[in-house]
Amino acid sequence: MYNFEFEKPSTIADAVAALGSEDAQALGGGQTLIPTMKQRLASPAKLVSLSGIAEMKGVCVEDDGSLAIGGGTTHATVASEAAGTFPALANLASHIGDPAVRNRGTIGGSLANNDPSACYPAAALGSGATIRTNAREIAADDYFQGMFTTALDEGEIITSVRFPVPQAANYQKFLQPASRFALVGVFVARFADGVRVAVTGASEDGVFRWSEAEQALSGSFSADAVSGLSVDPGGMIGDLHGTKEYRAHLVGVMTRRAVAAAG
Amino acid sequence: MPKDSGIGASSKRREDVRFLTGTGNYTDDINVHGQAYVHFLRSDVAHGRINGINTDAAAAMPGVVRIFTGADFEGVGGLPCGWQVTDKHGEPMQEPPHPVLAQGKVRHVGDPIAAVVADSAEQARDAAEAIEVDIEDLPAVIDMKAALADGATKVHDDLTSNLCYDWGFVEENKAAVDEAIANAAHVTTLELVNNRLVANPMEPRVAVADYNRANDESTLYTTSQNPHVIRLLMGAFVLGIPEHKLRVVAPDVGGGFGTKIFHYAEEAFCTFAARAINRPVKWTSSRSEAFISDAQGRDHVTRIELALDADNNFTAIRTETHANMGAYLSTFASSVPTWLHGTLMAGNYKTPLIYVNVKAVFTNTVPVDAYRGAGRPEATFQLERVIDKAARELGVDPIALRRQNFITEFPYATPVAVEYDTGNYVATMDKLEEVADLSGFAARRAASEAKGMLRGLGVNCYIEACGIAPSNLVGQLGARAGLYDVATVRVNATGSISVMTGAHSHGQGHETAFPQVVADMLGIDESMVNIVHGDTAKIPHGMGTYGSRSLAVCGSAMVRATEKIINKAKKIAAHLMEASEADIELKDGQFSVAGTDKSVAWGDVCLAAYVPHNYPLEDIEPGLEETAFYDPANFTYPAGAYACEVEVDPETGKVSIERFSAADDFGNIINPMIVDGQVHGGLAQGIGQALLEHAIYDESGQLLNASYMDYAMPRADDVPFYEVDHSCQTPCTHNPLGVKGCGEAGAIGSPPAVVNAVIDALQSGGKNVTHIDMPVSPSRVWAAMNG
Repeated sequence: MYNFEFEKPSTIADAVAALGSEDAQALGGGQTLIPTMKQRLASPAKLVSLSGIAEMKGVCVEDDGSLAIGGGTTHATVASEAAGTFPALANLASHIGDPAVRNRGTIGGSLANNDPSACYPAAALGSGATIRTNAREIAADDYFQGMFTTALDEGEIITSVRFPVPQAANYQKFLQPASRFALVGVFVARFADGVRVAVTGASEDGVFRWSEAEQALSGSFSADAVSGLSVDPGGMIGDLHGTKEYRAHLVGVMTRRAVAAAG
Repeated sequence: MPKDSGIGASSKRREDVRFLTGTGNYTDDINVHGQAYVHFLRSDVAHGRINGINTDAAAAMPGVVRIFTGADFEGVGGLPCGWQVTDKHGEPMQEPPHPVLAQGKVRHVGDPIAAVVADSAEQARDAAEAIEVDIEDLPAVIDMKAALADGATKVHDDLTSNLCYDWGFVEENKAAVDEAIANAAHVTTLELVNNRLVANPMEPRVAVADYNRANDESTLYTTSQNPHVIRLLMGAFVLGIPEHKLRVVAPDVGGGFGTKIFHYAEEAFCTFAARAINRPVKWTSSRSEAFISDAQGRDHVTRIELALDADNNFTAIRTETHANMGAYLSTFASSVPTWLHGTLMAGNYKTPLIYVNVKAVFTNTVPVDAYRGAGRPEATFQLERVIDKAARELGVDPIALRRQNFITEFPYATPVAVEYDTGNYVATMDKLEEVADLSGFAARRAASEAKGMLRGLGVNCYIEACGIAPSNLVGQLGARAGLYDVATVRVNATGSISVMTGAHSHGQGHETAFPQVVADMLGIDESMVNIVHGDTAKIPHGMGTYGSRSLAVCGSAMVRATEKIINKAKKIAAHLMEASEADIELKDGQFSVAGTDKSVAWGDVCLAAYVPHNYPLEDIEPGLEETAFYDPANFTYPAGAYACEVEVDPETGKVSIERFSAADDFGNIINPMIVDGQVHGGLAQGIGQALLEHAIYDESGQLLNASYMDYAMPRADDVPFYEVDHSCQTPCTHNPLGVKGCGEAGAIGSPPAVVNAVIDALQSGGKNVTHIDMPVSPSRVWAAMNG
């Protein structure tokens, strides 16, 4: 790890100001950034910790019934506090990493990093969430822009995430055997006006919506409705853990299982 | 009845108190006043010519004490190989030099090019980044068969080719084996890969070296399974330091699994550097470095043929194996695919004719050497897989086919040079059928199928050869070391005992089990005995711990030394009681005169030895301390039968191990609980190899999964609750304890059971799959099902 400056502001405004300096980087729970820095693969001049900002923490239900989660909220907190309102999301959070990761890692950090195998992007895109930052609101459909790429501007902070609560939802994750990130993860959510299906882990372009499955499921929310569908292996990730064809196959399997489990 | 102390008791592991409360003393816990820190600059290319190294900028960095390169080691010895293999033409293997720091070329990613010594570890690392190395890339030699092709790029320019040796065993049998296979009623052929593994002990390697200029003595603290071996190899062959000026300490060591047997460049470097700069130096491996510098395991590619007659009796086995040595010959690398592999090809079966061919190959990869089992898992895997395949081809029950061919009379001389002293393979298979509840398998399969899963049963046997010996035999086979071991039993004045063992405990529980033996022999409490190991200054000598040898070899030395203690103590007791030595009996810590009520306690005899006021000084010396060197007459031959039941998800190919049962014959058992633990750990590593682990190099020689993000280690939820039984006991006939060794059995015996079970599951689902290479990952299973 190289030397760096460290700031821990207590307000969003102070954090934004601190991130204005050159080569400054926001630090959420540090579950990706810190190991990367230890390996000397990242060398920010300044880290701005967001963990001291009280207004970015916690889970609450908004007036319209949607669930708002502060950007600095840990996975463990989401797992416990969202369980009653949005059990599929809580369940997803409860299976990220291990207890140490869940007690440090934050939803804002995960969405800002947009690892192509992370779980939260599937939930956000699959729920049609809104990413709220210090500057604006971004629809999930506009937010995810490919592996490790988002609509966030330099120095922009995810302050909270608003999740519409679906009538039924489920997340199925097939584990990469080593990292236990998602080799393929599928989040299925049924709303009054249709079904959303978001897939993580599989695509070279990061998390994506499987529109063909969404259309089929909006007509009939059953595993059978998607049993004949498949994604094109062409854009899938092929690596030592699975070929493109295998990942494409798993997208179908995990989608059917998510639909069956969502009920 | 289970005993509550002594031999056969499940005494709780006394060392666990410090391990589990954070008070162990590992090498990284050792800091010498004034120490500097080492960072190695390692090659990031697999093969290249070093055209220049510029350390000027780095040397000017803050805190830098000195920077070393290969040039500093000209005239210094290279790392030696401890076993010379003779090829099938009678010629010695090709043995390239292995410099401490690269000279002229780099030969694998991770090969150390330079070493920075600085006041802090971070400063050393900063400076290493400032070293400019001009490396001309050369084509990387990765695939073994390509490495042997005409015109292939050579890993070592001075060798004739990348072939280390072409070994035939037993060469004189080859024609008869070929004929038997040509005339067989049935021949089953299997081509397979025994996947390369990274050992991954929990504690990475560490070296701390100190030098005392006043008396010209060096001390090396290192993560080793065998400090005396390191002292000999490093002192005599690399640095030219005589034993009396070199102390090697291996304190608490957090797992070895073979990869801490070997003498490594980093140990020699630190010892050399501490002398050169007259200051202690310390190097602690990062996990990332461990992936590219710890010797790796396995990596065999094998074709095996099993010939059977019309009655399904095995008539011959012929194998051809390519064994990856990596870029250099690690300490015992050459012995693993030969004498530790070929001699096991008979397995538990009376196959009259066997021929084993092994081509050992240099490649631009991390060196490969012994890893838990070392050659024996490779032998067991191919043999037990080909038997299973044969049974399926012939439509016979795999267990019945094995039983039909079991060796049943002992001693049994195999056609591959070894003689099994004892065993009972029928008994272990009977026991397995019971503990694995094989009669209930059909019902369990039906239950799995009812929920849409395929269920498979895989069974296999194994035999291993532990405690390699005797020294004069292994010397003929090419070993450049003796394979005896040593124990000193030091009885203190008040009767407590310190046993200095040449064996080293790094997870095996010696500190608990060894005192059980001594205490049992003397009839005293176990707490009166402790074990001292891991320090050449405290222990007379020893060959260390590997190959499941500690109890069979060093334990036997300890028994011999204790017998000497008893003999002397009886003389003292006879004097004290004015009786004849021949009438003295020792029971429950009391010496008594047979047929009388006279007795004297253990402690009184010990005190008399050290306060010899009433003592036969004219006949015997004062004191009570004895040393024994023990060189076994033969290997020991633990054996057993394992059963694995898996569920395979037909949609995803994911394999889940539902049951795993082991029936082992380890001969006599000192501590059943520790034996259970050794088997459990071995099974986890074997299951890891079968389902998860695989070090994968790309064409350019980069290790693609050099971190836990991509290298899959087994975790608690990857393994089931094991059924482990070791009640079948045929004691070893040639060592005083009748023990055989248990440390590697689980890792040797489990991979074929897992793969056999997966094949059984897939075939039960109508899939025509006859083999899947390890690791049997979900993607591979799915591809096989849909191939």
